[in-house]
Amino acid sequence: MTAARDQILARIRAANAARAAGDTPRAGDTPRAGDTARATGDADSAYAALPRDYRRAHHDPASTDIVELFAGRAADYRAVVERVPSGAVAAAVARILQARAPDTDGVPRFVVPGGLPPEWLAEVPDGVELAGDDPPLSSAELDRVAGVVTGCAVAIAETGTIILDHGPAQGRRALTLVPDFHLVVVRAGQVAADLADAFARLDPARPHTLISGPSATSDIELIRVEGVHGPRNLHILLADTGASS
Amino acid sequence: MTAAGARRGRPAAGGQGPHGSMPTYLGMPAFPEAARAALADSQLRRNLAHATHTIREKRARAVAELDDWERLRQAAKAIKDHTLAHLGTYLLRLEENVTRAGGHVHWARDAAEANAVVARLARGAGADTVVKVKSMATQETGLNEALAAAGVTAIETDLAELIVQLGHDLPSHILVPAIHRNRAEIREIFRREMPDAPAGLTDDPPRLTAAARTHLRQAFLSAKAGISGANFAIADTGSLVVVESEGNGRMCVTLPETLISVVGVEKVLPSWRDLEVFLALLPRSSTAERMNPYTSVWTGVTPGDGPREFHLVLVDNGRTDTLADPVGRQALRCIRCSACLNVCPVYERAGGHAYGSPYPGPIGAILSPQLRGIADPVDASLPFASSLCGACYEVCPVAINIPEVLVHLRARVADGKRKKIISSERAVFQASGWVLRSPWRLRAAQRAGAAGRRLAGRSGRIRRLPPPLSGWTDTRDAPAPPPESFRAWWARTRGGASRGRGNGQDGGS
Ligand code: SF4
Repeated sequence: MTAARDQILARIRAANAARAAGDTPRAGDTPRAGDTARATGDADSAYAALPRDYRRAHHDPASTDIVELFAGRAADYRAVVERVPSGAVAAAVARILQARAPDTDGVPRFVVPGGLPPEWLAEVPDGVELAGDDPPLSSAELDRVAGVVTGCAVAIAETGTIILDHGPAQGRRALTLVPDFHLVVVRAGQVAADLADAFARLDPARPHTLISGPSATSDIELIRVEGVHGPRNLHILLADTGASS
Repeated sequence: MTAAGARRGRPAAGGQGPHGSMPTYLGMPAFPEAARAALADSQLRRNLAHATHTIREKRARAVAELDDWERLRQAAKAIKDHTLAHLGTYLLRLEENVTRAGGHVHWARDAAEANAVVARLARGAGADTVVKVKSMATQETGLNEALAAAGVTAIETDLAELIVQLGHDLPSHILVPAIHRNRAEIREIFRREMPDAPAGLTDDPPRLTAAARTHLRQAFLSAKAGISGANFAIADTGSLVVVESEGNGRMCVTLPETLISVVGVEKVLPSWRDLEVFLALLPRSSTAERMNPYTSVWTGVTPGDGPREFHLVLVDNGRTDTLADPVGRQALRCIRCSACLNVCPVYERAGGHAYGSPYPGPIGAILSPQLRGIADPVDASLPFASSLCGACYEVCPVAINIPEVLVHLRARVADGKRKKIISSERAVFQASGWVLRSPWRLRAAQRAGAAGRRLAGRSGRIRRLPPPLSGWTDTRDAPAPPPESFRAWWARTRGGASRGRGNGQDGGS
């Protein structure tokens, strides 16, 4: 195994050295002491000098309502998007969960991850059951629930994307994958204008899921079909401080 | 079974490059013969024409939405070139960060080594069945066949890959591997091969999709090991990125206890922030969306969330040979978006199978001969599977100059042979290199070429060219140059602006 590693790295060195020297590669090339440290430093300074004259955002947050942009773009993917004042989130959650009941056998059961703000669930009626994930539900149990309610980490206005980092209020990845219905509450302040701002807000050490509309395929005659393996229904509740519904 | 299908064979170990190998599709004729069979298959041509034209127009709209597209493209090219120039540094950094995050890194020089590592890991995880998300790297190594030989069943979970697998077929497009199948054919495959297909299954795409969902659900929920590729591997964080649409990728990288990702060494990117460039370019180029439905990003293992074991297998398989070629190495920038397939007039007519490798279309024509070498007649014929119209270069999000590499590889093929017939071919290629360096000369040459139609008989094929080109037409029919070249058509319509196609482009048979 280390033989494979060493040989691949040697081939790379030879290929790149030959290119630098305008020469043909010599497979036997060996690095001199200090080459690794120098190569690392060279790579980092050359990387810093790469051209990046593309736009940080394609819509200027100063002159565009990026929350509205997000709502429109997410809806383009046939996610259901509702914009509500933050004080009305509880009522909207209750209404949306109850509306799923007819699609369920018996009492509809929704998973709620740890850390979900309790006030979002304050008005959920008796006919709807909420289940925590502690201890963790099995995949088979997740397959039987009616849906899942979460928050998110960041959203991207330009592309209509929500990003989960699977921290508090979002749950481990399986929670938002196996159930067929996903209700996600996005706070207006979580909406980034574009990719650059969104990625800068994230912690790369965490697992992430970027979601742009419900699961989809175009594999049969390029006809778009919503709903394959991920949740077939994505409902986004955009909680807006101070905005009217 | 289509006419082209009758010629298809199962992939098998074949075509050895100096270091790389991937299955040549056995029984596969070299490109000209395979393409001729595909051209005669009208069903295949209808499917392909419909699909490529639809996606071509959608892509043009998605790209036009970003007014800095060219700057994004140049940034992506610069990042990839930089990474390749410091590839060793970034791979070591990736290894260090994946390991620090609790993952294990393996290195494989060729396909056989990669397959052996994966088979050992899958068996070690106690898996007799693994769920797989579409991955070009594992198609390239022929992993499924190798796993089967080791007693492990691989289930393809991408809808199109499932159609291909159940149809005992081969993929024909990078993004839409079953692009050569229409809904009626897919229904027949499901009815025949899927034991749990619902009675009375119609050919309605949503019904077919629902049948696949039901069929695969139990496999996802019970699989012990998942196998993926990766679109990007981030050196400075150790993160892996899988871009997809259906959710099968999320299933494969989330639910099994063990995850094995097989990734070509060229997939590494220096830094997390590079995603702001590549995730802007890839979905728009690939599925013509602002963003694909799902992207999974993970870094090593996360306690209590997802697989408990993560293995990254870094694969060379001819990539370092490609890196050593000063012209050809740009093919390693490829992010497998498939935009070049969708605009290619040769791909549209010949179909993906004619390229005899998991990488079809323009990118396949420059990648397969480099990864596998040009000893095999299939590979040696691939650099000729192009009209050098340049449409692929124009749409490529990482600005790979595919025509330049094609001309370069043609010369290499010609250098490799010393037959009389080749020497006149060589003269043509040197001339085409000269012509290609100048768009003006190219246009002029194509206008002159249209005059060549007068040489063609009623079949639309030139049977015999004057010397020194006669050596070439002695053994093949040269398609008559179209009255309007692809480039002229492109300049007139910009590809997406009109559905109209140049008259008579169908040249021959
Ligand atoms: S060569 Fe360019 S256009 Fe073709 S698949 Fe690769 S990245 Fe896409």
